[in-house]
Amino acid sequence: MRYEAPQSVEAAVDLLAGAEGAFVLAGGTDLLVKLRSEMLEPDLVVDIKRIAGMKEITPEDGGWRIGAAVSGAEMGEHAGLVADWPGVVEAAGLIGSTQVQGRATLAGNLCNASPAADSVPAMVAANATVRIVGPQGTRDIAVIDVPESPGKTTLAPGEFIASVFLPAKPKQGGDAYLRFIPRTEMDIAVVGCGVSLVLDSAGKVTSARVSLGAVGPKVMLVEAAAEAILGRALDDSALEDLAAACSAAASPIEDKRGTVDFRRHVAGVLARRAAEIAATRAKGETA
Amino acid sequence: MSQIHVTTSINGDATEFLCEAEDTLLDVLRDRLGMTGSKEGCGTGDCGACSVTVDGRLVCSCLMLGAEAEGREVTTIEGMATGDRLHPLQEKFIEMAALQCGICTPGILVAAKSLLEKNPDPSEEEVRYWLAGNLCRCTGYDKIIRAVMDTAADLRRAS
Repeated sequence: MRYEAPQSVEAAVDLLAGAEGAFVLAGGTDLLVKLRSEMLEPDLVVDIKRIAGMKEITPEDGGWRIGAAVSGAEMGEHAGLVADWPGVVEAAGLIGSTQVQGRATLAGNLCNASPAADSVPAMVAANATVRIVGPQGTRDIAVIDVPESPGKTTLAPGEFIASVFLPAKPKQGGDAYLRFIPRTEMDIAVVGCGVSLVLDSAGKVTSARVSLGAVGPKVMLVEAAAEAILGRALDDSALEDLAAACSAAASPIEDKRGTVDFRRHVAGVLARRAAEIAATRAKGETA
Repeated sequence: MSQIHVTTSINGDATEFLCEAEDTLLDVLRDRLGMTGSKEGCGTGDCGACSVTVDGRLVCSCLMLGAEAEGREVTTIEGMATGDRLHPLQEKFIEMAALQCGICTPGILVAAKSLLEKNPDPSEEEVRYWLAGNLCRCTGYDKIIRAVMDTAADLRRAS
C-alpha cells in the first residue's frame, strides 16, 4: 500500500484516477477498520486532509459549506451551524464515541453508504447537496443521490466528495433527527428519521422533508409523509397521518436488532417525535 | 515500497520515525517508538484503550495512520505525569482504586484529561457520555466515574 497526502484537489484527482484500488482517507473511522479486517486491500490511500478547505466550515449563500474532512466534533463546536441545522449536527454527533467524533465526517458517513448511517437522513431532510470532484470536473448532486446500495455509491472511479453544502435555513424552519438504538450510546440505528419543516405564522406546515434510515437498502425520502402534514397544523391527527405514512414507507429487514413490525412501528413513532422537535425549533424555541 | 519518513511532536518532544503506509499511529507508538502505554484492545475504534490526542483532539490511535501524524502534535499517556509527579487524575485513580486489571486505564485517563480541559465542571451524565467509547472489561465503571468527578472537584477548588 502507498500513502499520499496531496495538497490540491487536482493532485488528489490525478492520484485517484491513476490507480486501481485507490481509496480516499478523511476521518478514516470506516476505512481503517476495513483495512485491518482486510475487507479492503488498497494499493493507494489518498489522505485529503492537507488540501485547502477540507477542514473548513464556510458561509455560502446563506447556508454552510462543510469541507469533506470536517469532523463531527468540529461541527458541534460551530455555533452558526448548530443554530441553523441542529438536526444535522446532532445526527453527526450520534456516530460512535467521543474519539470517533474527533475524526468521523459527514462525507465519509455518506460514502460508507450504510443504510443505517445516522447523518444521512438528516442531510436528506435538510436538502443538502455534495460537491463531487473528479477527472471530468466538478458537479453538485443531492445527498439522496449518492448511496446506490449498501456499501456502494454512485460516484465514478476517481471521484470524491470535496464538500457538503447545507442550504440557507428557511425562515421559521427547523430540523431534527432521531434514531432508535437498544443502548444509550455507541450503537447502530435500528431506525433513523430526519425531519425538516417550515411553518407559517399560524403554525401550519408550508414545506416539509421527511427521511428514513435503516429501514431499506438505502436512506429514503418519504414524500407521502411530507404530503401528509403539508398545509396542516401539527396536531394529533396530522402527526398520526405522518406516522402512518412513515410506517407504510418503511421496508426493513428482520434481524436480531429488530423485527419488521417493530421497525415499521418505530419509523412512525420517531417521525412523530422528530416532527414535534423540528416544529419547536421552527418557532424559534429550544428543543 | 520504501518506508515513510514522518516528523511530528509527541508529548512536546520533536520526534521522527519511519513507518509503513499501513502502520497505524498505535503501531508506531508501540512497536517503533517503544511507547507501550497506549493499548490495543479492539483495533476497530470501539474500546478506547488506544486513546491519544492529536492537535488537542481526542482520537483512537488505532483509527489513524502513523503517516498522518506528519506535523501534528500528539500526546499520549506517557506525557501525562510530569517527571515523578503524577497527574491529579492518576493520583485519584490510585487513591480510589478506579482500576482493576488496568488495560483500559491509560485510555480512560487520556480521555478524562481531555474532558476536564474542555469542561472543568462536567455532570456525571456528561462524564459517562464522554467516556462511552472507553470500555472496561472488569466493568469498574462506577469507581472510574467517581474518580473523574472527584478530580474535577479538586481541580476546581485548586484553581
